[in-house]
Amino acid sequence: MPAGATYEPIATTTLGSAQASITFSSIPNTYTDLVIVFNGNSTNSGSSTNGMRCKLNSDSSALYSGTNMAGNGTTATSGRYSASTFFEGGEISQASGTPTLNIMQFMNYSNTTTFKSFLIRSNVAGSTVQTQVGLYRSTSAITTIELSRDFGTNNLASGCTATLYGIAAA
Amino acid sequence: MANTYKLIEAQTLTTATASVTFSSIPQTYTDLILTISTRPDSVGQQDLNISFNSDTTAANYPSKRLLGTGSSVLTDSQTYAQLREQSPTSTANTFSNGTLYIPNYTGSAKKSSSGDSVSENNATAAITMLTANLWDNTAAITSITIDNFSSSATLEQYSSFYLYGIKNS
Repeated sequence: MPAGATYEPIATTTLGSAQASITFSSIPNTYTDLVIVFNGNSTNSGSSTNGMRCKLNSDSSALYSGTNMAGNGTTATSGRYSASTFFEGGEISQASGTPTLNIMQFMNYSNTTTFKSFLIRSNVAGSTVQTQVGLYRSTSAITTIELSRDFGTNNLASGCTATLYGIAAA
Repeated sequence: MANTYKLIEAQTLTTATASVTFSSIPQTYTDLILTISTRPDSVGQQDLNISFNSDTTAANYPSKRLLGTGSSVLTDSQTYAQLREQSPTSTANTFSNGTLYIPNYTGSAKKSSSGDSVSENNATAAITMLTANLWDNTAAITSITIDNFSSSATLEQYSSFYLYGIKNS
């Protein structure tokens, strides 16, 4: 059945010009979980995708880790990062590529007693399908989420959309 | 408060049916979520092909899949947006489950979608499947059709399909 008053949009951004990042700040602590839906491309004129690098609470400490599983149509792989100063938000397709769809879920984001885990599904139909579980080793409530370009000068392209939803348990 | 995650239409099959279509989809949401629970009537490849606006040109739907069987993992390229369908030889009364997330379905960009689905089975092998899909078309999505990958198969009675609308404001 429909979830009623939950899955509420908290904030949404559509880029009118290319930018390095999208930030959701002052996230209310009134929900149970958060979902971000990102759809768009980078300005990369090359032929390969870029990774998206993200931060929580503007925290650049080496507190992020994650494990992913991916397939490119030919080879299935699994990778891992740890003690990272950012978390990997999935792939972003190049300017001429198929639009990326990355969906992120942050569970129990407002509690102040446990570390924060998250799930990410990354989709670039022309190149890769990926899933990831990640961890932010902080007991702070998540109040800010930043989605950024990877290394280099490739930005998030004009037209990228990102929406933050709040999920209520009751 | 936005009226989001709203049920647009539900369909539960009372008899075996070749395909299911959601038509005249309202253009008032931002994203769509399709949830399915299915089982076919005959053996074939157990996948559902999902197409938009009656476009049945397979080349317009590039897709990447990642599957786990319980003993191995594989990836391949497919066509159409895909979700897993239960095998007709699976444990009786078991149906596959899956969701397809379609963002910006009324926008002017090409349409991406993300599929997560499973066909659990009380046996050695079962499937969990992730798909990254594209409809290489900039038209707004006004209809969605769910077909069996195997054209001779039909969707069994009790298969169910729900379409939800998501608003971002």
